[in-house]
Amino acid sequence: MIRNRSIMLFLAGAMLGLAIGPGNAFAGEAVEGTAKADKLEQCVEPTPVMRRNHFEFIKHQRDLTVHQGIRGSKHSLAGCIDCHARKDASGKAVPVNAQGQFCAGCHEYVAASLDCFSCHSAVPGEK
Amino acid sequence: MSRTEQQGRRVFLKKTATAAAVAIAPGVMLHALPAAAAPRVEAVSGKIRWGMLIDASKCADGCSDCVTACDKENGLDLVDMPAGAEEALWERQRPRWIRQVKLKDNLSGKITNLPMMCQHCEKPPCVDVCPTGASFRRADGIVMVDRHICIGCRYCMMACPYKARSFIHAEVAEKLTHTPRGKGCVESCNLCVHRLDNGESTTACQDACKHQAIVFGDLNDPESAVSRALKKYPSVQIRADLKLNTGIRYSNV
Repeated sequence: MIRNRSIMLFLAGAMLGLAIGPGNAFAGEAVEGTAKADKLEQCVEPTPVMRRNHFEFIKHQRDLTVHQGIRGSKHSLAGCIDCHARKDASGKAVPVNAQGQFCAGCHEYVAASLDCFSCHSAVPGEK
Repeated sequence: MSRTEQQGRRVFLKKTATAAAVAIAPGVMLHALPAAAAPRVEAVSGKIRWGMLIDASKCADGCSDCVTACDKENGLDLVDMPAGAEEALWERQRPRWIRQVKLKDNLSGKITNLPMMCQHCEKPPCVDVCPTGASFRRADGIVMVDRHICIGCRYCMMACPYKARSFIHAEVAEKLTHTPRGKGCVESCNLCVHRLDNGESTTACQDACKHQAIVFGDLNDPESAVSRALKKYPSVQIRADLKLNTGIRYSNV
C-alpha cells in the first residue's frame, strides 16, 4: 500500500512536470501546455480512475474495434494519443512514447514495458 | 443510380472536401465523407457482406493506380527497405495488399491484367489454419488479422490460394493511426475497413481506378451497384474449384 501510494504521488508529480524530460530524435523538445489534454479539466474518466485502469479500458476496447468494427467508443488508444501528445516549438507532434513524454514518463519509472507503439502510431492521426 | 451519377456525386464531394481542407490548413487533405458519416458504435452484423466485382477487360496494361492508392491509404509506402537488404529480394517480399497479375493466353496471345488481393472468402483457408485465432472473418465478410493475437507463424500465407498475405519482417518507423503495423505480423487487404467503419462506402483502389474496373459494395443488398453488376454480367471466382465462395469476383478473365 505504501509502495502504491508513492507511485501515485510520483504519477501526480509526473502529470505536472512532464515537459522537463529531454527531447528526442524525431522532433524538437515538447512545449508544455501544447497538448489538448493540458487545457481540459479531466480525461474521459476521473483522473484517479484513469491512472489505475487506463489499460483495462483499452484492452477490452481494442477487441471490440478489431472484431466488431466499433470505432466510436469512449476509450481508445488513438484518443489517448490525440489528446496527450505535446508539440515542439515548430508545432510538430512529439511522440507520446518519447523519453519523458506522457506515456513514457510513468512507464519508464515503473519499468512497465510499453509495447503499444511497436505497431501503433505515437503521434496524433492525420485527419 | 447510374455509374455516371455516382461519379458526379463523388467528384462533387471531393471538391467540397478539398475546399474545406484548404480553409482548415494547407497540405491537409480530407476524405470525401458522406453527410451521415460517423464512427461505428454498434457491432458489425451479417446483414452486410462486402464484396467487389473487377472487370479485367477494363484493367489497363501498365496502369498501377489501384496499387499506388492502396499503398498510400494503408501506409504501405511508409515501410522502408531494411538496411543491407537485397533490392530484388525486397521487391519480392515487401508488403503489398494488391498484386498486379498479367495473364497471357498462349494460343491467341491475348493479355489480361487484373488486380489480385485477399478474396475475402466465406470459408477462408487462412482462418482454418490459424493456430491462435488471429486470422478471422468479420461478420460483414471482411477477412482480417488481429495483430494483437498474431504470432507471425505464417501458416495463413501458405494456406492462402491467392498469395494475398504479406509479412512484416522488420520494425516499421512510421505508421498510420488507422493502420497499425509492426514487426512479426501478417497482413492483407481489409477492404479499407477503417473507411467502412467511419461511415464511408468506397475503397481506395475503387476511388483510384480511372477505368472504373472496380465496383464495390454490399453483396447482400440486391440494389447495390455490385449486386446489380453481378446480376447483369457473367463473372467468375478465381479457383472456384476450392468452393470458398469469394467476396471478390472477376469478369472477362
